[in-house]
Amino acid sequence: MADMIEVLLWRGKEDGRYQTFQVPQRENQTVLDVVSWVQRNADPTLSYRFACRVGVCGSCAMTVNGRPRWTCRTHTSRVVENGRLKIGPLANLPVIKDLAADLQPFFEKWQQAKGVFAPSKTRADPVETISPASAPRIAADAAIECINCAVCFAACDTVRWNEDYLGPAALNRAWTLVNDVRDAGNRERLAAVAADGGCHACHSHQSCQEHCPNKLNPTASIAGLKRRTMQAYIRGEL
Amino acid sequence: MNIRLYVLQRATAAIMAPLVLAHIVIIFYATSRGLSAAEILGRTKGSIGWGLFYGLFVLAAATHGAIGLRAIASEWTPLRGHALDALMWGFGVALAALGLRAVSAVVL
Repeated sequence: MADMIEVLLWRGKEDGRYQTFQVPQRENQTVLDVVSWVQRNADPTLSYRFACRVGVCGSCAMTVNGRPRWTCRTHTSRVVENGRLKIGPLANLPVIKDLAADLQPFFEKWQQAKGVFAPSKTRADPVETISPASAPRIAADAAIECINCAVCFAACDTVRWNEDYLGPAALNRAWTLVNDVRDAGNRERLAAVAADGGCHACHSHQSCQEHCPNKLNPTASIAGLKRRTMQAYIRGEL
Repeated sequence: MNIRLYVLQRATAAIMAPLVLAHIVIIFYATSRGLSAAEILGRTKGSIGWGLFYGLFVLAAATHGAIGLRAIASEWTPLRGHALDALMWGFGVALAALGLRAVSAVVL
């Protein structure tokens, strides 16, 4: 193992530049450890975002050597190329400063896709029993573990090309709710994801599932939405 | 692309799939037999069958292509909303007019 890593970190906003730091390489060191080392030892003005450091909160995603990744669970030993790490903010999002991207457009699209649970019962009703073995629940479970890290959003070609596109995460979320039998908002949800910029804008490039740190497959979820909206359209519900 | 355009584009693709195959077979048949233009026109003039075959082909292709062009323009140009729809309709109508003119020339 080399003693030092040459680390290039993005500084400033969209019109910024990469700044080079020399960071000691350690065993079991993550990319987030590298960024934190720079902030604590070389330049305290470095801005970046993290919270849990264990791959749960989805806060720390950045572009690492050209690929969007969750930095807290990415070991430097896996991604250093020729002793070098180039780390920038997530693509397809505005840059606030340095490595912190502005996730507002990402979450606004989550809302546009009706990614919010619409209850069909009141608290006075008994709790509905959902069999984990039922087909809708199996479909929902396959897509439910999204941590909102926006790695798929940054990896998606269609998001880059089409500013109206809702993106893989929002559509994946919509798919989990379409399959949630307790939800009462599917008419509006299917209409939202069947509009311009919705699921039919997806080209199935599958970058989302290639890059998803939780090994989810938003492309499959979007394909499910295409089928479901087509059925609803043929039945005259859209 | 919204659901209506998506369904229409898939439907026209489904219509065109067998038509394209038949069209290719017809091309091979005509060229391998060495049919002259006059001989081809002799078979197509006044034929309701060929008129319907290529008329349907032209309408499906114009619809399919125009929707596809709209999708490409939405990603590669700043066009949005009504401008996109105007491009789609303009291209589709022009394609249909040119195609139907060609069909009428060999059938009527």
